[in-house]
Amino acid sequence: MAQLTLPARPTARPASKASQTRLAYVYLIPAFAVMAVITFYPLLFQVLISFTDFQTKDLLKQLASPTLKFIGLKNYIDILTGGLPVQNFEFFRVLTYNFWWAITNVAVHVPAGILIAVLLNTPGLWGKRIYRALYILPVVIPPLVVATVWKNIFDEQYGAMNQFLTTLLHLFGSVGPVHIRWLAEYKPPIPFLLPGVPLPLAYYAMMIANFWLGWPFMTVVATGALQSIPKDLYEAASIDGASGTQQFWNVTVPLLRPAMIPAAIYGFTLSFNLFSFVYFMTGGGPARSTEILVTFAYDLVRNLRLFGAAAAFAVIIFFVSIVIFLITNRLTRATESYLEA
Amino acid sequence: MAATTSSNPIIRFLNINTSGEKGGRNLPLWRQLLVQVLCLAIAAEVLFPIMYVVTLAFSSQTSRPASLQLIPKEFSLIAFKQVLDHPTGNPVSFLELLRNSFFLSFGVGFASLFIAVSAAYAFSRFKFTARQTLMVLVFVPLLMPGVGLSTPLYLLMNSIRFFDHGKLIFNLRDSLLGVGIAMTAGALPFAVWNLKGYLDTIPKELEEAAKIDGADANRVFFQIVLPLAVPQLAVTFFLGFMGNWQEFALSWLFLSKPQDYTLSMTLYNMTGQYAQNIPWNRFSAMAIIVALPVSIIYIALQKQIVGGLTAGGVKE
Repeated sequence: MAQLTLPARPTARPASKASQTRLAYVYLIPAFAVMAVITFYPLLFQVLISFTDFQTKDLLKQLASPTLKFIGLKNYIDILTGGLPVQNFEFFRVLTYNFWWAITNVAVHVPAGILIAVLLNTPGLWGKRIYRALYILPVVIPPLVVATVWKNIFDEQYGAMNQFLTTLLHLFGSVGPVHIRWLAEYKPPIPFLLPGVPLPLAYYAMMIANFWLGWPFMTVVATGALQSIPKDLYEAASIDGASGTQQFWNVTVPLLRPAMIPAAIYGFTLSFNLFSFVYFMTGGGPARSTEILVTFAYDLVRNLRLFGAAAAFAVIIFFVSIVIFLITNRLTRATESYLEA
Repeated sequence: MAATTSSNPIIRFLNINTSGEKGGRNLPLWRQLLVQVLCLAIAAEVLFPIMYVVTLAFSSQTSRPASLQLIPKEFSLIAFKQVLDHPTGNPVSFLELLRNSFFLSFGVGFASLFIAVSAAYAFSRFKFTARQTLMVLVFVPLLMPGVGLSTPLYLLMNSIRFFDHGKLIFNLRDSLLGVGIAMTAGALPFAVWNLKGYLDTIPKELEEAAKIDGADANRVFFQIVLPLAVPQLAVTFFLGFMGNWQEFALSWLFLSKPQDYTLSMTLYNMTGQYAQNIPWNRFSAMAIIVALPVSIIYIALQKQIVGGLTAGGVKE
């Protein structure tokens, strides 16, 4: 989301360069002094303990304890090859699932957001303002609360989703109550969707809940972009005999692209690290099949208490994040040049 | 970019009047009805979980719902009252939970702003040799997801403990202060970048005029730049507040004493397999209570908030 842009800024009157520099460092001292202790030092410490087998028993000792055993790259190798003493964990499966989770979310949110924005943009539609005020609600409610509420909705016995489906099926003559084990069923309903990675019902349940949370933001962005498309383009297109559908694909979609690509990237990074939401809804279960990198890292510290492995895992996440950042940064730049062209 | 009202997506989203700009062309009735049906269906989708929770929260039924109810049949405040009286099974009052949540949200918000603003000013206005290097250095922690720093912070703070006659009396890790420090560690780099991005948009004419009048850099900072930056400082504060209000990972990892729990932690405790005895009307009331401060701030400040987000590192 944040881009690395470092414009060289000419100052008004370059008084004396040396005194400027000195003053600059004085202004930097408070933030850097604090960050050195609570941000940078822990980051380095993280790298250090990622080469040790730090465990609960080491918690009572001092950090500089000579008994802290350095085990080289063992933690990293264990994580990548499945050597951790953790059930149902396979690094590349979780990594693939994590990417799939983020990509499929964006792939659903963006088109839905655009379509709803176009729908709301229909000239002469009644009650437009009411719809807009309603549609913004999911953006306003904290995701943490949303996740807990949807968890209840997907409850097997008393959840609203099963009750809704029961009512719906009632209309079609079915009598029995629906008992879908949304968050607990392990068997993937569509086994061949993602080869090698099981996608349990909980994945679909979370997709539904996150859809509720995600599309309104895309609609907001798309509505803003729609407003900036000159009306003459549509008039010209309709004079040339283009149908509504043709206008959508040949005018609306290309002109929305510059606004939607950064929004999609933002949505991707957000979904990729959606800790609270996943942790609250499934906790990574069943059998770690909906685990993403950050929830597993958290489990390593909080429940498994394998601090060394957790540190190594965080370092790996850091490198994954750098790769994602470099790719998305390049994508954003590409859209910028598209804009300027 | 200094965000003006018209470039603000949410405000525009709510306010633009797009009806009738095509002159006399009216929407044919059948299309009007078709679009209305679709819009109502979407509205139903949006309202489904909201109405579900509201209905549950205002119900006096402590048994779990046997069938789907989306419209409140009664308007009972008993669940709210019970949650306010006895939020958890532990001897901790609602006010204590609220105080803990506020302590973390306000404290971390203030601390990170206060510490970050002068560095942001240096990055925005001074030219010095290590500028680029130091800015990249501040950017590096931003690449690490929030949970990524939890291990070293846990271990480092756990080693700061005080004993009284061999009895542990204070462990920084197991305290709100420790959680606050850990949250500030993650919030600071973002605050520096966000504020630097905003300070860049403040026009330099005023400062230059002041410099010509003989003001030195310190006076420019305290008497011109800081007052001009107050609105943005407030927005950054509230953005941080909303994030910190929902903070869960660090507090759930660090804290073990019930009297230190926050509202988010309590909400988490009210769902799931260990919460079979919690009536859902109480859970729903709690969900609404936790959501309200954030929703209210968001609605009250949405114009400034979206402007503040776009003013930061994000280039348009």
